[in-house]
Amino acid sequence: MRLEPRIASPAQTILYPVAAFAATFAFAALLVLMAGVSPLGVFRLVFLGAAGSQFALLETLTRATPLIFTGLAVTVAFRAKLWNIGAEAQLYIGAVVTVVLGTGAVAAPSWVLVPLIALAAMLAGGLLLLGPALLKTRFGVDEVVTTLLLNFIVLLFVSMLLEGPLKDPMGLGWPQSQRVVAEAQWPRLVQGKRLHMGFPVAILAALAVWLMLARSVLGYEMRAVGHNAAAARFAGIPVNRVLALTALISGGLAALGGVSEVSGLKGNLTLDLSPGFGYTGIVVAMLALLHPLGVVASAIFVAGIFVGADAMSRAVGVPSYIADVMTATALLTMGTAIVFTRYRIRWR
Amino acid sequence: MTGAAAAPVVLRLEGVTKRFGPLTANDAISFALRRGEVVALLGENGAGKTTLMSILFGHYLADAGRVAVEGRPLPPGDTRAALAAGLAMVHQHFTLADSMSVLENIALGTQPLWSPRLDRGRALKRIREMSADFGLEVDPAARIADLSVGERQRVEILKALYREARVLILDEPTAVLTPQESEALFATLRRLVARGLAIIFISHKLGEVMAVSDRVLVLRAGRLVGERATAETDRHALAELMVGAEIARPDIGPAQPGPALVEMKGVTVGGLGPIDLTLRGGEITGIAGVSGNGQAALAEVLSGTLAPEAGTLAIEGRAAGAWSPRAALASGIARVPEDRHGVGVIGDMSVTENLVAEAYRAPAFSRRGWMKRPAARDFARRVIRDYEVKCPGPEAPARLLSGGNMQKLILGRALDGAPRIILASQPTRGLDVGAVAYVHARLLEARARGAAVLLISEDLDEIMALSDRIHVISRGRLSPASARGELSIREIGARMAGLGFDHAA
Amino acid sequence: MAAALEILFTASFWVAAVRIASPLIFATLGELICERAGVLNLGIEGIMVAGAFAGWITVYSGGDLWTGVAVAALTGAAFGLLHGLLTVPLGLSQHVTGIGITLLATSLTYYTYRLALPEVTSPPKIEAFRPLEIPVLSDLPLIGPALFAQTPFTYLAFVAAALVAWLLYRTPLGLALRAAGENPDALEAQGLSVTAIRMGAVAAGSALMAVGGAFLTMSAFNSFFFEMVNGRGWVCIALVVFGSWRPGKALLGAILFGAFDAYQVRLQGVVGDAVPYQVFLMLPYVLSILALVAVSRRASYPRALMVPYRKGER
Repeated sequence: MRLEPRIASPAQTILYPVAAFAATFAFAALLVLMAGVSPLGVFRLVFLGAAGSQFALLETLTRATPLIFTGLAVTVAFRAKLWNIGAEAQLYIGAVVTVVLGTGAVAAPSWVLVPLIALAAMLAGGLLLLGPALLKTRFGVDEVVTTLLLNFIVLLFVSMLLEGPLKDPMGLGWPQSQRVVAEAQWPRLVQGKRLHMGFPVAILAALAVWLMLARSVLGYEMRAVGHNAAAARFAGIPVNRVLALTALISGGLAALGGVSEVSGLKGNLTLDLSPGFGYTGIVVAMLALLHPLGVVASAIFVAGIFVGADAMSRAVGVPSYIADVMTATALLTMGTAIVFTRYRIRWR
Repeated sequence: MTGAAAAPVVLRLEGVTKRFGPLTANDAISFALRRGEVVALLGENGAGKTTLMSILFGHYLADAGRVAVEGRPLPPGDTRAALAAGLAMVHQHFTLADSMSVLENIALGTQPLWSPRLDRGRALKRIREMSADFGLEVDPAARIADLSVGERQRVEILKALYREARVLILDEPTAVLTPQESEALFATLRRLVARGLAIIFISHKLGEVMAVSDRVLVLRAGRLVGERATAETDRHALAELMVGAEIARPDIGPAQPGPALVEMKGVTVGGLGPIDLTLRGGEITGIAGVSGNGQAALAEVLSGTLAPEAGTLAIEGRAAGAWSPRAALASGIARVPEDRHGVGVIGDMSVTENLVAEAYRAPAFSRRGWMKRPAARDFARRVIRDYEVKCPGPEAPARLLSGGNMQKLILGRALDGAPRIILASQPTRGLDVGAVAYVHARLLEARARGAAVLLISEDLDEIMALSDRIHVISRGRLSPASARGELSIREIGARMAGLGFDHAA
Repeated sequence: MAAALEILFTASFWVAAVRIASPLIFATLGELICERAGVLNLGIEGIMVAGAFAGWITVYSGGDLWTGVAVAALTGAAFGLLHGLLTVPLGLSQHVTGIGITLLATSLTYYTYRLALPEVTSPPKIEAFRPLEIPVLSDLPLIGPALFAQTPFTYLAFVAAALVAWLLYRTPLGLALRAAGENPDALEAQGLSVTAIRMGAVAAGSALMAVGGAFLTMSAFNSFFFEMVNGRGWVCIALVVFGSWRPGKALLGAILFGAFDAYQVRLQGVVGDAVPYQVFLMLPYVLSILALVAVSRRASYPRALMVPYRKGER
């Protein structure tokens, strides 16, 4: 069997991804049947839970917010073939900085404090990814393993902080941080609902990343390095410097997601701040085919699956892990669909 | 010549056709091969020779036609069956695992996969016997990575003999050999043929074809356009058949050497050096040698991807400071790299983005961190027109371009600014005659307007035709320069084998 | 200080070291086989989770222990085949596919667990493997209990290491597998199928990984709980590099790591409250990164690792 490069027709470029999603839903339906429940009923409940009411929709967008940030972080890194699997750690570092600076240590009006925290957090997240990136460029150490291991290290670090210096004295002994002060908070967008400023900030970030990748010199360099680092180096592009900058930007975006979750949604830092946003960000980015604007759409889609599945699970009892199964399946089927749009299968 | 005409037919092709989309790579090819014969398959790059052999060997399925080995039909698309039937192929790019030993490479796939034991003893004995029998000396315990190119080729041939091949196909075997090594190969082939093997020798080099074959089959654009007994034809006739038209020899005026634009003194890097090399404006300096002698390092130094570890490098009289590809470009060096696909071009980016890859920081193409895309596109359109790059358009991904057009893209990028120094590393490898002529014309043009051109090539004919001065590179050292026409191919070949070099120094 | 060193001379430390190393031995060998054939398998973490669950639930449902191991192996092989199918003939990115397999295997496991045991608050236990003492040898000081008073599952790990080494270096199949990771063209030229060899390697390697996961639920502990694997899979990826893709060195690396982990736990007891326990838990991961850095300079990668093989593209 051989793969022959080809240019797919516009119809095929749509058809294959649609087939990928169909396969994802079909597989999920199978799993739901295993639970002895009607798949159509389940999908209906998932849809209603995600978008069936104003409340549901706002919940979906709220849930999408950190996914946009981590999705963008992964997009930026993967475009340069920097395999950042550590967005989870970078997000938590952003949250830590938020809590360190935002719970009263710094007294300033909100128009100073909010950007200050954001920038400091982004710097911390960027530096966290810069480490593995430098290990890659200087020593040839694969960044997949280092970023993955850092996830565990940082989570333990956060646990240590929450049981130690960051512990909320009023917290009745639970490992949680103090709440951020009012000047550090990101305001809610809708009275009484959870949607907060993080969402429009995420959209702006997506626009900024898109502009950078498509139009800026750095974006051009990143894409060149990602496609063919040897050719980029030959042409005079400073590959190591580009990778370092990529790491700073990618880590910074993920960290901003942490700021958003703490300052906009939760108000404080706990160990369960992120139920895997960093990893789900990878799925979000790949489903969006590493396109920054697509990340917004795919983040909302994926968030909808999770929010809807939570609601459905409470109603019908099918485990909410079905959402994780669906996102993982979507990742693999989408990857396969892309291959079919780029290549024709030739049985010799 | 053996009495090959009466010998039995070992291989017969009838009407073999292969299409790749709109391109017909092989068009109804038919011929017969007899025991004890050496048949040359002659054609320029892209004529369909390798495709045809790949079909024989089971890598591709033919769209039409039949193949029979010793009268029995050959199952199509089945490499195992081809090997079992006695076909063996020595590919142009060796199929050896570098970190494994000679014995392991030869034994690979020859014992049943489910056998609990790899019988090294038996393999060793057999390899030693064959080595002695056929005069193919090689150490079975040696790692492939430690062997010379000539030795690796011997391993490839032993692989074939180990499998009791009856038909041996060699694809451009002399592309990587010195003239002396080629002679040794021809002697080996004659020995094999005397033992009853039949050989298909694929080449685009007329000299070799005349020297080694009994019969010549000429392929052009996928069709078999001629079949001649070697004794009854000559280079000129074959060349005409191969190309279908008169090839105009480029008109090379006398050199007008200008000032020294590049001066390397005592430069050492990796296995290369110390070398002294001067490039003068208005001259083409050729570096002759087979790959693996330090050409890659030399090219990388001039390209900026490697910095000299010792010695001095001066460009237009000024010592080079911190060295990098950017510094090389800034010094006015234009580079045509050896690896078109891997290093010269970014396949997934558009033609436009490839064309500005070296110059994107210039005010013409970017401003304050933002790319000027309309300006880049206009530039691309101009280069596409001026350098006759056939492509769907400036936004098309570069990987869609053919080899020749990719090279034109690279030439356009390199030569557009009328550079004073040009590095051309294996610039015509794998290109068809038309593209080769184009590349040569552009290099000669640059020479005429006073640029210093460094031509590194394994193709001795090319070096001798174009170069005003020739150095031979052998094991990281350069011979003194010889002028155009001063040395014969034999004499250059002797230098390539190390004669006249003090390698111990 | 003395107390810290004394730990090294207790039998229980060495027993723990070998026990902790056992799942790592299986999983590292599994990844080694995949990478030697030229395929990076980042599904290792998820496959270990799936193997841990598959083995455990087989026993929980009434099967015997070795049947559980077999089921775990088959589960791993299934995910391995999926990974192989996507990365070898279809040529998807090995990085992305691997992460996808980890996510898929983990989520399927958790989903199935919740489905099978919806109401449990504390994880149900099974009768795990019991230590099997080898007479005479297990009475040797220190190494006696460490090497000869372990569960049969641990003995299997050592046998596996020996088998993998023998397979790679002394059989025609192993030769073909190594060639697949060095130069797949060499395989094709000798009439062997790169696709078949690579997919077979990934399936077999994944089976080993799953068996490593099963060790956790069937020998080290006796129940399945979420976050059980806890990054061991990623550590094994580092161990493959650290062991230069050789089974013997990988075995030693796993034991070294196991020793470090066992040490860190006991050191907590000695140091007490002066240092937060999280610092100790971090150490194994930090060690893995350091080991990678130390070795990466000289790393002799299988040359064709992560290069997708496209037939006919010459």
